[in-house]
Amino acid sequence: MKKKVWLLAIGLTAVVLAPSCKPKGAQSAISGDAASKVYVAPGDHDEFYNIVSGGFNGQMSVVGLPSGRVLKILPVFSVNPENGWGFSEESKPMLNTSHGFVPWDDLHHIAISTTNAEHDARWAFGNANNTPRIARVDLTTFKTVEIIEIPNSAGNHSSPFITQNTEYVVAGTRFSIPTGDNKDVSIDSYKENFKGHISFIAVDKESGEMNLSFQIEAPPFNFDLARAGKNKSHGWFFFSTYNTEMAHTLLEVNASQKDKDFIMAINWKKAEEYVKAGKGTKKKANYVHNKWHEETHSATSTMMEDVLVLDPTILKDIVYFIPCPKSPHGTDTDPTGEYIVGSGKLAAVIPVFSFTKMLAAIEKKDFEGDINGMPVLKYESVLHGEVVKPGLGPLHTEFDGKGFAYTSMFVSSEIVKWNIETLEVVDRVPTYYSVGHLSIPGGPTGKPHGKYMVAYNKITKDRYLPTGPELAHSAQLYDISGDKMQLLLDFPTIGEPHYAESFPASLIKDRQVKFYPIEKNMHPYVLKGIKDARVERKGNQIHVYMTSIRSNFRPDNIEGVNVGDEVYFHVTNLEQDWDVPHGFAIKGANTAELLIMPGETATLKWVPDRVGVFPFYCTDFCSALHQEMQGYLRVSPKGVNMPLKFSTGDVE
Amino acid sequence: MILLAALLIIPAYFTPLWQISLWAPQYPEGLNMKIWIDHLSGNVDQINGVNHYIGMRHIGDEMFPEFGFLIYIIGALIALGIIAFLIGKRWSLYTFFGLMTLFGLAVLADMYQWGYKYGHNLDPKAAIKVEGMSYQPPLIGYKELLNFLAYSGPDTGSWILVGGVGLLIVAIVRDRFDKTVIN
Repeated sequence: MKKKVWLLAIGLTAVVLAPSCKPKGAQSAISGDAASKVYVAPGDHDEFYNIVSGGFNGQMSVVGLPSGRVLKILPVFSVNPENGWGFSEESKPMLNTSHGFVPWDDLHHIAISTTNAEHDARWAFGNANNTPRIARVDLTTFKTVEIIEIPNSAGNHSSPFITQNTEYVVAGTRFSIPTGDNKDVSIDSYKENFKGHISFIAVDKESGEMNLSFQIEAPPFNFDLARAGKNKSHGWFFFSTYNTEMAHTLLEVNASQKDKDFIMAINWKKAEEYVKAGKGTKKKANYVHNKWHEETHSATSTMMEDVLVLDPTILKDIVYFIPCPKSPHGTDTDPTGEYIVGSGKLAAVIPVFSFTKMLAAIEKKDFEGDINGMPVLKYESVLHGEVVKPGLGPLHTEFDGKGFAYTSMFVSSEIVKWNIETLEVVDRVPTYYSVGHLSIPGGPTGKPHGKYMVAYNKITKDRYLPTGPELAHSAQLYDISGDKMQLLLDFPTIGEPHYAESFPASLIKDRQVKFYPIEKNMHPYVLKGIKDARVERKGNQIHVYMTSIRSNFRPDNIEGVNVGDEVYFHVTNLEQDWDVPHGFAIKGANTAELLIMPGETATLKWVPDRVGVFPFYCTDFCSALHQEMQGYLRVSPKGVNMPLKFSTGDVE
Repeated sequence: MILLAALLIIPAYFTPLWQISLWAPQYPEGLNMKIWIDHLSGNVDQINGVNHYIGMRHIGDEMFPEFGFLIYIIGALIALGIIAFLIGKRWSLYTFFGLMTLFGLAVLADMYQWGYKYGHNLDPKAAIKVEGMSYQPPLIGYKELLNFLAYSGPDTGSWILVGGVGLLIVAIVRDRFDKTVIN
């Protein structure tokens, strides 16, 4: 008896030591033959180019889908020592701003050029969030060829979204700020003195060149994201807004108070008419316009002086506000252009607005009020319907062209597929973890290519081998060709991807530039052959006219340079074949290497700080005798008058 | 037996009494908070971080005035247990059992009222407000709260206390059994 009691006592004690049971994690099993669906055999090409924003690395990643392989890191707003972007004399002006040289930015969104609302994939646009700018990348060279700064803007987040024929690329300011002559104001005079400017940058149909066409002076809200109308709604642009409370401190709380913020609808065709009729006001504003010139392989930076501003409180019929629940983040238009999806990140439903109803409401003046004379439409009058119980934290919506929308749910870490007409949720899949943007090939266009969807996540945690506190951001690839979304692949990404776009590789793969014809090279320091290789002195400047061809530099022995001289190595790569870049680096240089494409000329500036003989060499393994591709430069003390001497292959 | 039950209360000083766990898709490993006799431990900061979006109060030691006097109550219980053992009379056993049971119920009632207050007393300025939603954690067991699965239940210390009460029950049963045999 006694024994039993003791056993019971021990048993009771043991129970408490047993580990408490936890529910099993949401492990989604890969079903079917996922591996073969993402397998691109050696030597084969991916089906889609995926141009991915790099977020805080200020660059774009070029990724192949469905393999998820990274093909290139394409420098845009951040210096890239790997290929000398922002370090070579030619590329430095590209990163010039009205604040001077800025070596970094935060690139959030991608827009791939379209014609008739379909991808033509001539250019990729990207936004600089921190020091507001928009860049244009040429997709035949995968090079940033133009950067325009946005005046009167701060936090260029609502950007760079484009109209259906790439007529305009827009830039809505996230932070409203005081502008014009009235900039030194107290922060708590926010409501009176702060403005939110929306910029429309015209894109030349042929050359792609950007020009800040006009700005619309909007109320001091935060502008978050945008989408152009397309097809049916071509001529309109939709911007999501938050902080319509107009708070200037602790926005986390103070900008989350209203039940509804707005989607701001802009009739840009109407705005264009006002511009043509001379209704805009020219205002002083300094911003730079940087252009890359392929003929000279160099960039120029021009300071602009003024901008045309439209005042929608005076010029009627440009701006209308659609009430949208709780701090909308994404605003996306479906392929037909009829539906506008507002993703209120704190809202319990996803409202879908009808363009037809919006026009009717404007026609009938079905307004519930106005903001400084700009009409606020009635929510119910514009609403097509609400997606009920979609999940938590809706952020972004993409489309498959088959009548379905896919919305990312940040808080509940899932993607919800729903029918645009009936608003019924038809499928949901988990993401790992806390998904931000989605990307379906052609997803934002009038003709989505469908097939795949990539989820770009904000939290990675345990998905890959751990790498200390800082982890790669995770992405998942889903097959969306069937009724159910199917997880195919989980892969790490570069930087912190926000938005990305994908398009069929066939659009650009055969239009790639393989090298630059040397006869078209107009660089002021170009050498068209090896015989003119030389060194010239101009005061304390030394200009080295240098050639590189497998496997030598000319000249490769240089003397007559003094400490403190400014030495410019103008290196022309004379190769005329694909995939034969040469590199150039010299000991102690305070810049990065040059990576010179065939037929290109690039310049490295070097100021020797000490006496000695300094080696330089080719950094790109170019040939069997790459290790022999080197040279020496002698540096003499300051004031010593050494004659300039240069040679290649002379043995005394 | 009473002595053992009384002594079993002692670990309550060194082990957590209650635990609350949360799981969400982005927290596959779960967030765990443990309530001890006089303090909190575990992922309290992370839980606070998550919960402030929906306007829940900041959990901290100051939220539990119980921490101030729980030590003495439990000390008293142990002392009473030892006294009950020394007295060794049937009434002392019953009294001690009654006290222990009352204490257990009081703990449950206290946890419930805390959970109710914590789950309902929301900041009206919270960023995320879901119509009709409150976030009272379950008293014991699992409950889904938005994207989180919440678990609440007694932890080591409480289980030991339950064990103590169990021992007292055994003692009472044995006492009865002995009585019937004698009769």
